[in-house]
Amino acid sequence: MAILLFSGVAFRRLHLTLREIFFSGVLSLLIIVVSGLFVGLVLGLQGYETLQRFGSTEALGVLVALSLTRELGPVVAALLFASRAGSSVTAEIGLMKATEQLKAMDMMAVNPIARVVAPRFWGGVIAMPLLAALFSAMGVLGGWLIGVVLIGVDDGAFWSQMQAAVDFRYDVLNGVIKSVVFGVAVSLIAVFEGYDSVPTAEGVSRAITRTVVTSALAILALDFVLTSFMFRGTS
Amino acid sequence: MPEDILVDIDDLHFAYDGRPVLQGIDMKIPRGKVVAIMGGSGCGKTTLLRSIGGQLKASRGEIRLGEHRISQMGQRELYQVRRKMGMLFQFGALFTDMTVFDNVAFPLREHTDLPELMIRDLVLMKLEAVGLRGARNLMPAELSGGMARRVALARAVALDPLLIMYDEPFTGLDPIALGVIGQLIRRLNDALGATSIMVTHDVQESLLIVDYIYFISEGRIVAQGSPAEIRASSDPFVHQFVNAEADGPVRFDYPAAELRRDFLGAAGG
Repeated sequence: MAILLFSGVAFRRLHLTLREIFFSGVLSLLIIVVSGLFVGLVLGLQGYETLQRFGSTEALGVLVALSLTRELGPVVAALLFASRAGSSVTAEIGLMKATEQLKAMDMMAVNPIARVVAPRFWGGVIAMPLLAALFSAMGVLGGWLIGVVLIGVDDGAFWSQMQAAVDFRYDVLNGVIKSVVFGVAVSLIAVFEGYDSVPTAEGVSRAITRTVVTSALAILALDFVLTSFMFRGTS
Repeated sequence: MPEDILVDIDDLHFAYDGRPVLQGIDMKIPRGKVVAIMGGSGCGKTTLLRSIGGQLKASRGEIRLGEHRISQMGQRELYQVRRKMGMLFQFGALFTDMTVFDNVAFPLREHTDLPELMIRDLVLMKLEAVGLRGARNLMPAELSGGMARRVALARAVALDPLLIMYDEPFTGLDPIALGVIGQLIRRLNDALGATSIMVTHDVQESLLIVDYIYFISEGRIVAQGSPAEIRASSDPFVHQFVNAEADGPVRFDYPAAELRRDFLGAAGG
């Protein structure tokens, strides 16, 4: 609540939030791109193996795209985001607290929630959906590389079936909504754990662990809740 | 309140989780003076400093800074008053992701609309005052303990405060750095026409630079006076503290059961 109350600074002085988007988002690019590619490669292999049994290997593009946009993109990207960026935000805020930087800021009449916490929260919320989208795109590329380039599934069938079967609102938009919700959850957990940490080496280390564990559980639980509301087998 | 008193503390009480830390502190800090608050570790002196800065709320009593009643202020008013205060933390508390220049510029950028060119001049003036103009592009991790403390001092006086507070400014410094910080505290206080409150247990350095000293023990003021009065004092607590004696009113031994019982009593007890 306090974050929302003191979010004005994060948007009035946009460079503070842009800096956090850089630290949370841009610096997470490598892990997201590489992981997305590998998940896509594995999906391509497993999907082809299964679809082959039913003689429908042309549907590989649909399988890869739906798995990624609906589930794996938002969920795995959020788990990686929590480990890479969430833990680092908690550590940074926790260490600022342990070294009295937050107290010093407060004594200089600068509200640490407005100046430190809110920009990091919004930086994470903005970066997370972009990372999830990139993860899904890299996954599709990985699936294409395995299915089309390596195994020899028809290129036209791969893309045209994907285009026909993946609905923008039902599949893509719901995936984006999931990634926004996960972004809010992970960022909130990360800044809270950092700000609430015991200001010692051990306290900060525990706070980082809590961020990763709580975020992972929150992502998986929220995913179940969101999936049960979003995808009820309408067709 | 007399005109020449800047900080007036009246019957201040503070407790952590029901454990009393400050018990009826009365203190008057005159304008323009450097005042030291001394006492052993855990005696409540840092709590007192934090209460003056409004970071801790007293359970009873009152703190006034000029016409402002610190103990009854909300956060918005407190932030207005804190712009007139500067504080040097025990280990500097510099922002580790900013250069020396940006650290000193921080309060100016946050609280003024000055053009960047003017901020640059002001920052360089403050850094020149602490002898670190040449270190402006260094990161805090590249500074020695004494240099970090001097940068923090430049940052504390960036907005030309009325009141400067120092929390253990001499801790962990070598004798040269210690002397430098001591002289800077005195010089900056006089040059800015400010008032300084210094929490410390470094007796010898403090006696050289301060105008008045309060001794605190177990949350109460047990002695006070000018450096000359303190040196001449026959008070047992002051005598023990000034001469760094191991035993006296402040006991060497932590309270324990009788020695005989521990060694000759029940085995494994």
